[in-house]
Amino acid sequence: MQYMLMCCIDEALWNGLPDAERDSVMTDYHALIQEMVTSGHYRGGARLQSVESATTLREQNGKTVMLDGPFAESREQLGGFHVVECRDLDEALALARRIPPLRVGGSVEVRPVDPAYRL
Amino acid sequence: MSLDELYRREYGHVLASLIRRFGHFELAEDAVQAAFEAAMVQWPAEGWPPNPTSWLIATARHKVVDQLRHQQMRERKGDELRQHLELLLDNDLEAEPLDSLRLIFACCHPALARPAQVALTLHTLGGLRTEEIARAFMVPVPTLAQRLVRAKAKIRDAGIPFEVPDDTALDERLEPVLAVIYLIFNEGYAASFGDDWVRGDLCREAIRLGRMLVRLLPAEREARGLLALMLLHHARREARTDAAGDIVLLDEQDRSRWHADEIKEGSAHVGIALRGGLPGGYAVQAAIAALHAEAVTPADTDWRRIAALYSLLYAIQPTPVVALNRAVAVAMADGLQAGLEQLDKIHLPGYHLLPATRADLLRRLGRHGEAAEQYRQALALVTQGAERRFLERRLREVTAAHSAVDFAAAESKTP
Repeated sequence: MQYMLMCCIDEALWNGLPDAERDSVMTDYHALIQEMVTSGHYRGGARLQSVESATTLREQNGKTVMLDGPFAESREQLGGFHVVECRDLDEALALARRIPPLRVGGSVEVRPVDPAYRL
Repeated sequence: MSLDELYRREYGHVLASLIRRFGHFELAEDAVQAAFEAAMVQWPAEGWPPNPTSWLIATARHKVVDQLRHQQMRERKGDELRQHLELLLDNDLEAEPLDSLRLIFACCHPALARPAQVALTLHTLGGLRTEEIARAFMVPVPTLAQRLVRAKAKIRDAGIPFEVPDDTALDERLEPVLAVIYLIFNEGYAASFGDDWVRGDLCREAIRLGRMLVRLLPAEREARGLLALMLLHHARREARTDAAGDIVLLDEQDRSRWHADEIKEGSAHVGIALRGGLPGGYAVQAAIAALHAEAVTPADTDWRRIAALYSLLYAIQPTPVVALNRAVAVAMADGLQAGLEQLDKIHLPGYHLLPATRADLLRRLGRHGEAAEQYRQALALVTQGAERRFLERRLREVTAAHSAVDFAAAESKTP
């Protein structure tokens, strides 16, 4: 099965961390991704830029409306995502719990990918 | 044994076996239901088969294959069908105990919310019907039904495995399993003041699940500790209330009504659960319950050891409720005043047992006026009927004693 691991964190919290701590988190993060590539779990993913750079589209009365910013204000913002191939949820959770931003207040949402739309 | 009893006892085993083979919750459930229905028709007429469980598993498997055959003829998928048909040739129709263990780990998976874990466990391993679980937990039937449907869908869609976790994850994964079983037990135990048989049944079901865990995971000391704890509480069930359904406190209970066999079994498990390194919370609570249960009279209770065990428990679970219980033990071991001093350090707003405990210690000290004030505070917070009646009775007693003292004081002043 495929799972998407969505890594969320309060951007203000993240930006407020000392540089050395952010660097150490990112170094560990790259190492984890490298490991998942080598083990064959990794199907793809990306780190996202700040929500401040987001543009949200909506259709109103047949007309596309653009909004400067994310679709919803929330305390935590999606900062990156990964799609991994796993035997079952337990294997996906075992990978997810190792995602480094967890140790600085982030959260990870694990969602199974619809089998009809696998990567 | 009646078919109803067999259903209760074997439903979980048969279902676990089917889910293990076919990996599909709803399909397995429908098939097991159909197998029991077939038994209801055939067995009274033709007699019971030599091995009823094997018969049920075999019949349920045939039902699954029938179902799959229909489905796959429509979808023209031959390979899968062949695979399933091969399973039918398989002679092994014994219920595999490990299947039940796999099933309980799936039902109590940490990715499911606690109410869903509880409902699924009772439904699949206990064979309780939706209406029975809803009644036991005082939840509307549609809510409970929806909760079960959602939980089963999540197991399927999120890929929650039917597996016994490996040694590295076992302790962590066992925790919610034990919590669910204890919650089921407590729900039944707290309700045993009422007369609802389904809720009383929850205790027996929890003990049955606890026994299963100990049998299949004999090295897990906390599983054993939990079983011991439940047995030792359950042993006292009949002495806890009087004929009117009112609470009888531990030191006023008729100890001849305690079930000696359950105390013996529970105490034996305590001995094993405490052996080895630092024990867990269930084992320590069971050890405390064993000390109470083994005292021939209330005066024989080893309060000093109980207080020490509560201190150990507080080190494992530093909660105010544990501190409250420790204060009671200290009051009994070192004196009521020492207990009162400990109570003053506890912060438990809204919990009726804090003022109720303070009231009891003040009452024993003969400080009836202060006791009455604490009973009134407790009464403002209590919700359960039998507990309320108990506190009201105590309040009447201390109020009467208080006015008697006032009266005596007034008299003595009169020349």
